[in-house]
Amino acid sequence: MTYYAFAGALEQGFAYGFLVLGVYLTFRVLDFPDLTVDGSLPLGAAVSAVAITAGYNPFLSLLFALIAGFLAGTITGILNTKLGILHLLASILTMIALYSINLRVMGRPNMTLLGKPTILEPLTNAGIGMFNAAPLLFGILSILALLLLFWLLNTAFGLAMQATGVNRQMITSQGVNTDRVIILTVGLSNGLAAVSGALLCQSQGAADVNMGVGTIVAGLASVIVGETLFGCRTIGRALFAALLGSLIYRLTIALALSLKLGRFSFTPSDLNLLTALLVVGALTLPKLRRKVLNR
Amino acid sequence: MIEITDLVKIFHQGSVNEVLALSGISLQVRKGDFITVIGSNGAGKSTLLNCLAGSHPIDSGHIVIDEQDVSRWPEYKRATQISRVFQDPLLGTCGPLSIEQNLALANRRGKYHGLKRGVQRSDRELFRKQLSQLNLGLEKRLKDSVGLLSGGQRQALTLLMATLVKPKILLLDEHTAALDPKTALQVLKLTQQLIDDQHLTALMVTHNMRQALQLGNRLIMLHGGRIILDVSGNEKGAMTVEDLLEQFYKVRGEAFVSDRMLLV
Repeated sequence: MTYYAFAGALEQGFAYGFLVLGVYLTFRVLDFPDLTVDGSLPLGAAVSAVAITAGYNPFLSLLFALIAGFLAGTITGILNTKLGILHLLASILTMIALYSINLRVMGRPNMTLLGKPTILEPLTNAGIGMFNAAPLLFGILSILALLLLFWLLNTAFGLAMQATGVNRQMITSQGVNTDRVIILTVGLSNGLAAVSGALLCQSQGAADVNMGVGTIVAGLASVIVGETLFGCRTIGRALFAALLGSLIYRLTIALALSLKLGRFSFTPSDLNLLTALLVVGALTLPKLRRKVLNR
Repeated sequence: MIEITDLVKIFHQGSVNEVLALSGISLQVRKGDFITVIGSNGAGKSTLLNCLAGSHPIDSGHIVIDEQDVSRWPEYKRATQISRVFQDPLLGTCGPLSIEQNLALANRRGKYHGLKRGVQRSDRELFRKQLSQLNLGLEKRLKDSVGLLSGGQRQALTLLMATLVKPKILLLDEHTAALDPKTALQVLKLTQQLIDDQHLTALMVTHNMRQALQLGNRLIMLHGGRIILDVSGNEKGAMTVEDLLEQFYKVRGEAFVSDRMLLV
């Protein structure tokens, strides 16, 4: 693997880190399988691209993306809690609706940011190369997000959020409106996914309506790989594992793509197969390890 | 004071499986009443508690707590007035959270769960003091996750959580039924102690008739969704298990069929 491929993988790992933290929130904390992210990630990219093109500060565009993603997530939450639609189905409905919304937001299927300012500009202006600037900045931002989530999960609301995922009867009996907790948490998760989309759009220089395909699978793969390798005994550790899982996932893919066995090499079209294999591996590894240790 | 008027609950209304679970229950619970509730399986004991707590919406009737009609309040809102302990020891606590985190959630029952730190430093002193009265050594294990505790310990913790913020009424739904006899007795003693200390108003469902006579100042018997017996004070004190059975025959005119009722 070349240095560029390595730096690129880190950049993607950190950019997708927001998404992975969001998926951790819904999938693990809330026990709410949420496919909305397949739509909210490109929504974030679209909103960011449109905002930057309209002359807004690139950092401000991240905030717009966060808000747009949050609203998208609350729709899924409302469909599930207030209208009683099964969580999985509610999220799929929002996801397909977002496809149309994203086309409306951009007014076309894709949008380039060529020659437009991005959040990386201050760093590249300071003389840091593009290949180092993106992983550095995205790394700092995603670690900030991790710390914020760690704080949030330890607040009274955060405890209620954790309890909602585990024992809804108990937390309802303590006077918490679980509907509200679910709506807000799914909202937050999709806000994070949208920030991922915005970061990717700014580092790749384009937003595309199809860039969200398979987002949830990548997110789950990262969460599961992280858990398997680094454990999830405490909340802090689980959050950390999720972010590291995102890096490992992107590095593994970069590694696979750079692999050459004789005349055979992987192409980007093999990525879905590789992802599936990686998740199967991560899911079965703990069982295998236990079997071997018990012998 | 809690006033229950003409409470009706019908399950599967309009279908062939229609069940009239509560057919017009009226009950005045005075402040400080500790009422034990008995009745055969399907009499409506748990349904009554679930309707009071708001887990089941009621079909008609009124529930008024201190002159406030809570009949249409959702369950989480009623939790500001009502606390409960379930039969399943796993239901009242949150396993992956620590003891102090569970207590912190209970300490905010009915208040806003906002962005303040979940477990405040000043809370811990209170939690230790409260836990020490359980005599289970839990005051030294504040950071242990609740999933590590036994069923009895979890039920004792649930009781403590239910009374940490004084409820207007405490609902106990066969809360010792899933425990072994020795632990059940301990939890029962603790129940009595907490109710006495805080002068709580409580409604306790039990299948054990001797227990129902020993505990509390008032006893009601349900059958077919109605209250068929309501005794209190000296009248209750003088009653024996045989009297209860006799009363039951007299009112219902049919054989007492539930085997579990006889396991005294």
